[in-house]
Amino acid sequence: MSTDALIMLRRNFKHIARNPVTVFNGALMPVVIMLLFVYVLGGAFNVGEKYIEYATPGMILLAITYGLSGTAVSVNSDMAKGIINRFKVMNVSRGAVLTGHVAATMLGSSVAIAAIIAIAFALGFRSAATPLDWLGAIGIVAATAFATAWLTVALGMAAKAPESAGLSVVPLLLLPFLSSAIVPAAKMGAGFRQFAEYQPFTPIIESLRSLLAGTPSGGYTAAALAWCAGIAVVGYVWAITTFSRRV
Amino acid sequence: MSTSDIAVSGLRKAYGDKVVLDGIDFDVAAGSVFSMLGPNGAGKTTTVNVLTTLLKADAGTVRVGGHDVATETRQVRSVIGVTGQFAAVDDLLTGRENLRLMADLKRVRSAGRVIARLLERFDLTEPADKLASTYSGGMRRKLDLAMTLVDSPRIIFLDEPTTGLDPRSRRTMWEIVRELVADGTTIFLTTQYLEEADQLAHLIAVLDQGRLVAQGTPEELKRLVPGSHVQLRFASVHELDAAARVLPGATPDDENLTLRVPGDGGVKSLQALLGRLSEYSINAEELSLHTPDLDDVFLALTGHANTEVNAQ
Repeated sequence: MSTDALIMLRRNFKHIARNPVTVFNGALMPVVIMLLFVYVLGGAFNVGEKYIEYATPGMILLAITYGLSGTAVSVNSDMAKGIINRFKVMNVSRGAVLTGHVAATMLGSSVAIAAIIAIAFALGFRSAATPLDWLGAIGIVAATAFATAWLTVALGMAAKAPESAGLSVVPLLLLPFLSSAIVPAAKMGAGFRQFAEYQPFTPIIESLRSLLAGTPSGGYTAAALAWCAGIAVVGYVWAITTFSRRV
Repeated sequence: MSTSDIAVSGLRKAYGDKVVLDGIDFDVAAGSVFSMLGPNGAGKTTTVNVLTTLLKADAGTVRVGGHDVATETRQVRSVIGVTGQFAAVDDLLTGRENLRLMADLKRVRSAGRVIARLLERFDLTEPADKLASTYSGGMRRKLDLAMTLVDSPRIIFLDEPTTGLDPRSRRTMWEIVRELVADGTTIFLTTQYLEEADQLAHLIAVLDQGRLVAQGTPEELKRLVPGSHVQLRFASVHELDAAARVLPGATPDDENLTLRVPGDGGVKSLQALLGRLSEYSINAEELSLHTPDLDDVFLALTGHANTEVNAQ
């Protein structure tokens, strides 16, 4: 990463850490949802194993997606307020403004994910994963965070105002609930089941689940990586073209 | 002041059918203050955007700091500083962090010292570690300008730097601009306030609907407009009438006991005027010289009032 991008990363991470709303959404919400599902609702779900074992991979994903609305708002505010013009009349690398947002989002996600994993272990989550499996899991999580962050930067850039920018990522927040994150897709009603089976978050979660269980699934992992690559490319190209049109 | 820091010729810019800049030319001498004066929508910000590499011109050449803005963008950016119309500060950073961000991006050496000095100079040391979102409008403008100054740019663009500021903050801004000029900085200033241009600028260009309708020093512009006169005030109607009889072309105002004598205020004509009064032993209580202000200039040049200013 360039020096400019590192400077922007520091700036954007301060934004995330200083805004109570983004801290709540990004770090506390996933924990609250996790406790809600594990203690309140999970007992009623028959998923064939201890619910905490089943739910942890999905919760890790929620820790990524819940951090996104803050990024969309922050990207949009940069464009709407004068600060972007200040960067533009300086010899600051254009890409650094965007990669700074992506990097700060991923840094925020890692904090939230670390919290989720720590709490999962405290709640009885146990993993049979080998160090190599863990490495694979980290890779999948990083690829997902990277891809969704670029898509979010594009969504934030394309939104008309900061208010609508926050809303534009709501579909990304809902998708994990309509995947096998909370309950297996096979148990969903007709229509939802097919949707859950073919949407990107299901292979991502299944791949993560298999890695954390120590039984890696090559098929899910390949599908997950393909989805991440696709989303990242679309997000990147969309973000860059919107950026150059707006500035 | 012999070399040009900004040289613009035949600058044109249109958005679709709407012509914003219709071929403007001007030069700004190094170390001087050039003020572009005009109402909202005249094309001031568009000019600033072209000169600061934010916008590409449709035609014409623009050189800033000796570099072409279209082909030598990097070099231009390395010598300019820009403070736009709306304070471009980061609300979620403190004043000090905002300055640190600029210093880092501009790779300023011994940034800590530079930042401390700027905070001191702009009277922002006390709130330096508070978030910029808590600053007043005047403080934000000062921080914005301080951010522009971290790498001591040679040429500074100020786009309506005092719009929306209270009179006291406005005067502070003026003081800062004067200090910058004293240090040899070249300043391009846009404003809708005639007084501001009059106070600060060495050269003023009046922009109206995308054209420069006049250019010159404040004094030259004022001279373009007829209406200079000398006003004499008298102690009694008797003296006023006596003076009105001996000074041809004068218009008496009985109510205020004043006499308005047309003239350009030159020393010779004043001497003649006073000589004539003493010749007839008429005592004037008070003499004042009236030159038209830039409001009159704007009206005379454009044929319509500077509505933005009148609305203030």
